[in-house]
Amino acid sequence: MKIRRVLMGTLSVLVGNKLRSGLTILGIVIGVAAVIAMLSVGQGAQNSITSSINSIGTNLLFVSAGASARFRGGGGETVVIRNIRPLTMEDAQAMLDPYQAPSVLAVAPILQDGGVSAAANGQATTTTIYGVTSNYFSMRNETVAEGSTFSDEQVNLHSRVAVIGPDLATTLFGQTTGLTGQTLRINGQTFTIVGILKSKGGTSFGSSDNQAIIPLTTARDRVIQRPSNYVDMIFVQATNAGTVSDADTQISNIMRMRHHVAVGSEDFSVFNQQDLAQTASSIIGVLTVFLGGIAAISLLVGGIGIMNIMLVSVTERTREIGLRKAVGARNRDILLQFLIESLFLSLLGGVLGILLGWLIALIIGRIASASGSTLTPAVSLNAILLATLFSAAVGLFFGIYPARRAARLEPVEALRYE
Amino acid sequence: MKKDIVIKAEALKKIYRMGEVEVQALRGVSLEVKRGEVVAITGPSGSGKSTLMSILGCLDRPSSGEYILDGEEVAGLTDDQLASIRNRKIGFVFQSFNLLQRVSALENVELPLGYANRPDEGRGRAAAALRAVGLEDRMKHRPTELSGGEQQRVAVARALVNEPAILLADEPTGNLDSKVGQEIMDLLLELNRESNTTLLIITHDPRIASQAQRTIRIRDGLVERKAK
Repeated sequence: MKIRRVLMGTLSVLVGNKLRSGLTILGIVIGVAAVIAMLSVGQGAQNSITSSINSIGTNLLFVSAGASARFRGGGGETVVIRNIRPLTMEDAQAMLDPYQAPSVLAVAPILQDGGVSAAANGQATTTTIYGVTSNYFSMRNETVAEGSTFSDEQVNLHSRVAVIGPDLATTLFGQTTGLTGQTLRINGQTFTIVGILKSKGGTSFGSSDNQAIIPLTTARDRVIQRPSNYVDMIFVQATNAGTVSDADTQISNIMRMRHHVAVGSEDFSVFNQQDLAQTASSIIGVLTVFLGGIAAISLLVGGIGIMNIMLVSVTERTREIGLRKAVGARNRDILLQFLIESLFLSLLGGVLGILLGWLIALIIGRIASASGSTLTPAVSLNAILLATLFSAAVGLFFGIYPARRAARLEPVEALRYE
Repeated sequence: MKKDIVIKAEALKKIYRMGEVEVQALRGVSLEVKRGEVVAITGPSGSGKSTLMSILGCLDRPSSGEYILDGEEVAGLTDDQLASIRNRKIGFVFQSFNLLQRVSALENVELPLGYANRPDEGRGRAAAALRAVGLEDRMKHRPTELSGGEQQRVAVARALVNEPAILLADEPTGNLDSKVGQEIMDLLLELNRESNTTLLIITHDPRIASQAQRTIRIRDGLVERKAK
């Protein structure tokens, strides 16, 4: 009952000074909205990067030729690796050894070329060609929207078949359906389309929708000129998520043996998906904290605004405080009254700020998707709780000094105040 | 009617320290007021009557001396205990009304009830107090919508709502013209007759002081008693 009385009083004060209360609240609203928007856009970015990394496939490792700083503790002294040996079909084969690499489930060597001409239906364009084995599709989570992928047998037979991405299909044929059985020319060679890939969206990590996938054997014969057993990259799939780093160690050892190199002077690189995901999300995490921190500063400024206004309010209402004391208000009654006022301001600002921040996040998401990238801002419960707690804390922290000042006023002097 | 003692002050001193200089505002004031009495306290400005009023109103503590209000020793109490005494035993009427401008007359009168530690009898008592001062049809009005006399009536109702032992009026007519001021005086005297509330009026208007049963004159921090 008593609290209700104080709340009603608070309300009448704040309503009585609409413009002032509004502007004070605005400081908190902007601060909280900025924090919420930053955190949720950061969370959205993290989600979209994680999902685009997952769209590469599951539990994958990528082996490529050439040195990587990774084996040397991420930089430091520069070691020049000479005589880089290319990856070969035999390297890929060796990684399937169940004794040396028990954590490896599947291996897919690939050839790739990013600037190959493709033509059909009177249209021509440039696309990326992948020469792959038939298990590539399942490893990369590539599925067809229409038709089918090609089989081991077709790979062995050097068949001239192609599975093409939906963007390529649209460019050449203006449609993505009813194309199986049609032909297209890749580097002048005729291929029969057997399947159209489902769209994966995005452009990261080679999961482009503008690609044509053909058998490894055919690619080596007709499209991508490479010495007989060389491959450009080897995809390795670990048995499960828990064995990715084991598989990493195992295939690194195999490669060191096969290429006769010591630890620290590897002429090949191994990346795994988890590393990628972790690196990406830690970068985004740092950015989110950074932006959130900047936003928190504006919340702090809002808090100072509350303190400022409360100090003015205490001074203005000195006589009121004196009167309240004269009719029996104890110091803590006055303290409570002013604390509740500043808490109310900051919490109201917090609630409005959450709504505004949410709106901003939504708008950013719309702008992002309109410009072609998939970013769905995620307003997390944590961010809301954080913002609410933080704004309440701001109200308390910046309210306590003015409230104490009010509570400590001497009644006689307060009543005489002009 | 038995006229027991409601205010008993013994050798009240109040010393203010202003830097190096000590100012003796009260230099040993002793006085007694019986229950139901109407007493005027007068004196030139700077005589210490405001200081006396603050101490009698428990808004301030004496530097030394004894003060027993309605049977309770007041001099050594804490701030919170003094607040409680003010709430229960003292009603204040100020020269400048001191009403909260944001809220209605009724809510102004309810204010002391909010700080009383008793079950909430709120509206009923506040409304009764407003009826007692003749403002039953102005309850929902804000102070800005009331005349000066009406505002002071609201203040009187606020002072009475907790049924105090004494009513301290500090220049209650000072901001009013003489006709309206006299109406307020009449109201206070009427309330004194009806409910036997002790009335202390601080004033330097001799016409007001003359309506009290007794006048206590303060000069240079001391009492110049003139029995009436």
